[in-house]
Amino acid sequence: MEPVGITGTDTRRELTLNMGPQHPATHGVLRLTLDLDGEMVVKCTPHVGYLHRGIEKLAESRTYQGVMPLTDRLDYVASVGNNIGYCLAVERLFGIEAPERAQYLRTIVFEMSRICSHLLWLATHALDIGAMTVFLYCFREREWLLDIFETICGARLTVSYPRIGGVLQDMEPEVLESLDAFTRMFPGKILEYETLIDKNRIWLQRTQGVGVIPAKEAIRWGLTGPTLRGSGVSYDLRRDAPYDAYDRVEFDVPIGKNGDVYDRYRCRMEELRQSNRIIQQCLAALPAGDILAHDAPDLDMPLAGKKELVPEMSLGNASIGFGDAVPVAPKGEIYSAVEVPKGELGFYLMSDGTGNPCRMRVRAPSYVHAGALAKMCEGAFIADVIAVIGSIDIVMGECDR
Amino acid sequence: MSGMAVQTLADRLKAAFPDAVRDVVIFRGQATVTVGKTSILDLLRFLKEEPECAFNHLADLCGLDRGPAHEPRFGVVYNLYSLTHRHRIRLCAEVPSDDCTIESAGALWEGAAWHERECYDMFGIVFVNHADLRRVLMPEDWTGHPLRKDYPVEGPAERWSGYEEVVRKAEAFRKHELRKR
Repeated sequence: MEPVGITGTDTRRELTLNMGPQHPATHGVLRLTLDLDGEMVVKCTPHVGYLHRGIEKLAESRTYQGVMPLTDRLDYVASVGNNIGYCLAVERLFGIEAPERAQYLRTIVFEMSRICSHLLWLATHALDIGAMTVFLYCFREREWLLDIFETICGARLTVSYPRIGGVLQDMEPEVLESLDAFTRMFPGKILEYETLIDKNRIWLQRTQGVGVIPAKEAIRWGLTGPTLRGSGVSYDLRRDAPYDAYDRVEFDVPIGKNGDVYDRYRCRMEELRQSNRIIQQCLAALPAGDILAHDAPDLDMPLAGKKELVPEMSLGNASIGFGDAVPVAPKGEIYSAVEVPKGELGFYLMSDGTGNPCRMRVRAPSYVHAGALAKMCEGAFIADVIAVIGSIDIVMGECDR
Repeated sequence: MSGMAVQTLADRLKAAFPDAVRDVVIFRGQATVTVGKTSILDLLRFLKEEPECAFNHLADLCGLDRGPAHEPRFGVVYNLYSLTHRHRIRLCAEVPSDDCTIESAGALWEGAAWHERECYDMFGIVFVNHADLRRVLMPEDWTGHPLRKDYPVEGPAERWSGYEEVVRKAEAFRKHELRKR
């Protein structure tokens, strides 16, 4: 659409409007500059960076173990996903593997965090569009899972429960029982949410055919996760590049067709069911054994290479000296990606042999999706922008890093 | 891993662009192909459009600084994934510090332009033919590029110019008394 100025008899006028950074529906501090023709968005320019904390820079001066709490602060709604994504990247770099029980436990907490994240998304997304009832229903079930997180590690949001090479500690039988009770209760609750909104005419009109992005364009924009699957592209790293115990559980990858806000909503609702299924299977098949690999690096791993005392002996003279520094980490580069609730979270690590990463890059799905907002909001109404932001499930902590 | 083995992929690329490909490293089953920056667009187009490669998903694009002592100092890393064949490859284009520019990949992937803005912001690598090369995470009037190795972790000694304005505004707002109930 061509921008319209006041020329001749044309009295239409283009208006530029700032939405955010303090707007309740922008989920944090996201600013969109909207060029408007009446109610219609002609051009949308996203501005991010208000929450930039330099996590990639900070990581370069910490040990691999010390970076761990920073990853919690990326997507704070589902911090376990970031932890596991980071742990897997370091494990692949070091060439170690978590024991089987730890892999199952990590799969369980990963899916718990996915349910938490999707519940928070549904609560706020529905609230943004105007279906206020759903909000507290979602928070009720999320509370159950947050309590479990609190029991297993003491924190509710920024958990740091996984460890490089395993997990922090084993789950008590009571926790597993509580989780089992949750998985039996939860499918009924999903139906409850759907009853509230799925046949709601206002909901359907606000979401169907809104913020459409076709499959080909979605791929070119680099979209991932439910946002890409809503457009009908079946790409899920849990199935396509399995990690932890995902190759030992059965689950479906729901995909949409039209690539609109409604299809992305449907995908996430189905994912809730699939996550519940995965947790059930993991609980049933949970093997006994260790929870931390024997060759996992120490928590107080050194920054520089360790130097060992080497005794030198010769006739008539004995001394002790320092040998050459032993590299702490293998030299090399690794890109490791996991499927977090928002999409593909990639960690690109470059190691030069010392105990801290030479470069750590976080490929955050929310950052990519924020860029694609420009495309998805084009030609929409102002009210639809709210629906589109909600449908990509953006978390600014992860976007700005 | 389905699809072509990483070694075969790297070999194919080397055969097609013998001058551009400088080094191939296979580490933990992942291939890193170091290339010169001049023909980066041709290489990316080849990888994207060749049916056997079909790297249609630009998973990630990021910058890299090896430190002032190294030359070529900078790098631009492309992590590519193929949704059809489900294989990965990584290209690392070398960017010397005296000519800190590289061709933009925005024509191949719309999403690349957004990553390139971050790369420019953090490393000062200029992307030629980029439609809208502005800072993205740091404020527009920021000086320096934070992810460079010679940039201090605590930040530069002098404060950001916008800081004074924020303090002044806060002072101004303090003058307005809250209405007492």
